[in-house]
Amino acid sequence: MNWGDWSWMMPEGFSTFTAEVDSLYYLILWITGVTFFATEALLIYFIVRYRHKEGRKATYDHGSTKMEVVWTAIPLLILIGLGVLSKGAWDRMKIDVPAGAMEIIVTAKQFEWNATYPGPDGALGTADDFDVLNQIHAPVDQPVWIHLRAEDVLHSLFLPEMRVKQDAVPGRDIPVWFEAMATGDYTIGCAELCGIGHTTMNGTLTIHSAADFQAWASAQAEQRPQPQP
Amino acid sequence: MSTTEQEMGKALDAGGHHDHHEIPWIRQYIFATDHKMIAKQFMFVSLFFLVVGGALAGMMRWQLGFPSQPMPGGMILPDAMMAPTPNGAIMLPEFYNSLVTMHGTIMIFFAIMPLLVGLFGNLLIPLQIGAEDMAFPRLNMVSFWLAVPAGILMLASFGVEGGAAGAGWTSYAPLSTSGEWTGVYLGQQLWLASLTILGFSSLVGSVNYISTVINMRAPGMTWFRMPLATWSLFVTAVLILLAIPILAGALIMLLFDQTIGTGFFRPEVGGEPLLWQHLFWFFGHPEVYILILPAMGITSEVLANRARKPIFGYHSMVLAIVGIGFLGWIVWGHHMFQSGMNPLLGTSFMISTMAIAVPSAIKVFNWLATLWKADIHLDVPMLHALAFVSMFIIGGLSGIFMANTPVDIYIHDTYFIVAHIHYVLFGGSLFAIFAGITFWFPKMFGRMMNEPLGKVHFVLTLIFYNLVFFPMHNLGLRGMMRRIYDFTQYEFLAPLQPMNQFITVFAFLLIATQVLFVINFFWSIFKGEKASENPWDSNTLEWTVPSPPPHGNFAEMPMVYRGPYEYSSPESDTDFLPQTTPPGGGSSGVPEPTPTPEGVEA
Repeated sequence: MNWGDWSWMMPEGFSTFTAEVDSLYYLILWITGVTFFATEALLIYFIVRYRHKEGRKATYDHGSTKMEVVWTAIPLLILIGLGVLSKGAWDRMKIDVPAGAMEIIVTAKQFEWNATYPGPDGALGTADDFDVLNQIHAPVDQPVWIHLRAEDVLHSLFLPEMRVKQDAVPGRDIPVWFEAMATGDYTIGCAELCGIGHTTMNGTLTIHSAADFQAWASAQAEQRPQPQP
Repeated sequence: MSTTEQEMGKALDAGGHHDHHEIPWIRQYIFATDHKMIAKQFMFVSLFFLVVGGALAGMMRWQLGFPSQPMPGGMILPDAMMAPTPNGAIMLPEFYNSLVTMHGTIMIFFAIMPLLVGLFGNLLIPLQIGAEDMAFPRLNMVSFWLAVPAGILMLASFGVEGGAAGAGWTSYAPLSTSGEWTGVYLGQQLWLASLTILGFSSLVGSVNYISTVINMRAPGMTWFRMPLATWSLFVTAVLILLAIPILAGALIMLLFDQTIGTGFFRPEVGGEPLLWQHLFWFFGHPEVYILILPAMGITSEVLANRARKPIFGYHSMVLAIVGIGFLGWIVWGHHMFQSGMNPLLGTSFMISTMAIAVPSAIKVFNWLATLWKADIHLDVPMLHALAFVSMFIIGGLSGIFMANTPVDIYIHDTYFIVAHIHYVLFGGSLFAIFAGITFWFPKMFGRMMNEPLGKVHFVLTLIFYNLVFFPMHNLGLRGMMRRIYDFTQYEFLAPLQPMNQFITVFAFLLIATQVLFVINFFWSIFKGEKASENPWDSNTLEWTVPSPPPHGNFAEMPMVYRGPYEYSSPESDTDFLPQTTPPGGGSSGVPEPTPTPEGVEA
């Protein structure tokens, strides 16, 4: 086993979401880490320091209203503050799809992913659209807007290196967006139990340079029979 | 009978409904109405299911630690579960999905819930408030005897064609609406029927608990003199009363979708899959507080007693229990952040979820303050109670990560969540159950459990448990998804195989260690050191009656003079002062004889 497996660092991320998600994670790690060490240390210290010995008598103490107020107010402020702090990132990731995003459709079904591209006419829902199986291709440094659908049961599009996860619901078209910051091959996974083949729903997310993406898209379109005029 | 005996008999009959002829064996042990016997019935059945749930987990861990390798003993299982090969039997994904589903279902509904609520609710409520039994003893019997067929149906579902339910303990639609999606047909329906019946068992139990606490407290037992165990069980009962009907409704709707063509959750006929999640989690979130509140109550009892010190902040502790109960109703959407529900709800549920961490934090601080300047006796129940506090801190803190919506995008449906669940349910609830069983064993059986064996069981369990579940935080951080039959299919997860194997090995050791508890439990029933009325020098009312208590519990109506945590009080010349000791009668907790009212023969 790799000692690195015990790390509490986030694995490397490659989208514009990474900075916000990871920094929130590290903030929470810091807050909970300090709390963890402080409370557990106190627990162990009290157990050792106040363990029964001959002649030991406990202090007859029912409590302190002041302490109750202090240790209610401080966690409340920290936690609510954390919530308020995080609202912006959530809204940006889940609600505000940026302008100029490249739109594709990703449809989940037992047990595969189908990505639908607009084809040479640039419009989805027309005859020159093409599908790829268990792959998503996208250009680097450009927002991609996925219309996420499902054909049968719930699935969940998980792009870990992009910090993307969204359940796919049959009967719905759910917007998912991201902007990749580096070319390469990344993971597509299914993160919602979807049946016997759930474990096989893996695919590859390929991020190309802008030029390479155009080349890929053109080559894909050429391979498909063109619609007759 | 003599005149005096007749008058005594009448005094005892003041409750009005039992005679003192011999109770037939079948009414005493099988169709029992005595709350203490029903508590034991729940205990034995639940401990059996705890073992079953553990065995299911062991099989899951085999597949995760040694993916698609022949499982020892696998050849005895049917071909529908394990594919036979020349080298042995390999688990099939459909069986893995059933294991995942049934492990969760059995542990939550048939082990933890009936142990905390069925065992401790029944055992403690009447005794701690000074009542002779529950308000409705026959309804209490019905509560247990509804749970039994529910359990039988759940176990039977393993044997039907298509196997046991395989859509997760959360049974999300549309996956759960049809065997077309899961390969499971009758098994899924038996799951629904079983839980519906079990729901009624819990419901009638909760009615009993609530009525008993409200109406049958002994004179002087005001609300704020009730022990925290009773308080926590009372609030839990209210949660059960309000939440279970929603689950039952959802289960029946799903059963109709599966069998008679309705479209509540089926999108192909205009149904809404997310409706299932809203209904399930509106029940499901209060449910997890049902699974932790009694554990917190038990921990408070054991901690105060073994630290010989009043619980710090008793009123705040009550307020925190009630606060958790209330707030538990407005956080359910945190299970659905990534579900496709309107993202605006993500923020509102995040705020309410952050808020609900506060009462739990208050409780942890009060437990720590109880230990401060205490006189701590590290007996086995105390060790388990301290472990509860320690592990619950971890489970509670890990919850903050997933409460945060952006971070949840990454960790939702990964092993980070599995780590959290098990830190609160095993690290929390199960350690508290071990504490409670060990602490109240003498009251149930008149004998003590074996202390050295208990300590060995405790230490090994604590160590192995942490080695199994702590690394799951790291697995989740690396992106390992839940409910996944073979994670090595993913290139980015394949390097996690050694860590999974590590976890598996310690999981087997953890399961094996529980044999020590089973041995201790059964051996002690027959051969344990005989226990006195009050072996822990405790203040609460259950320790003023014999071990075990007779039918009717109290020979005379108890009179309560003070709260339950008067340990190391200056009023007493020992370090405890029972609730029923009259003022001024403060030596060794033995009550002064009550003065005879004038005009009555001595």
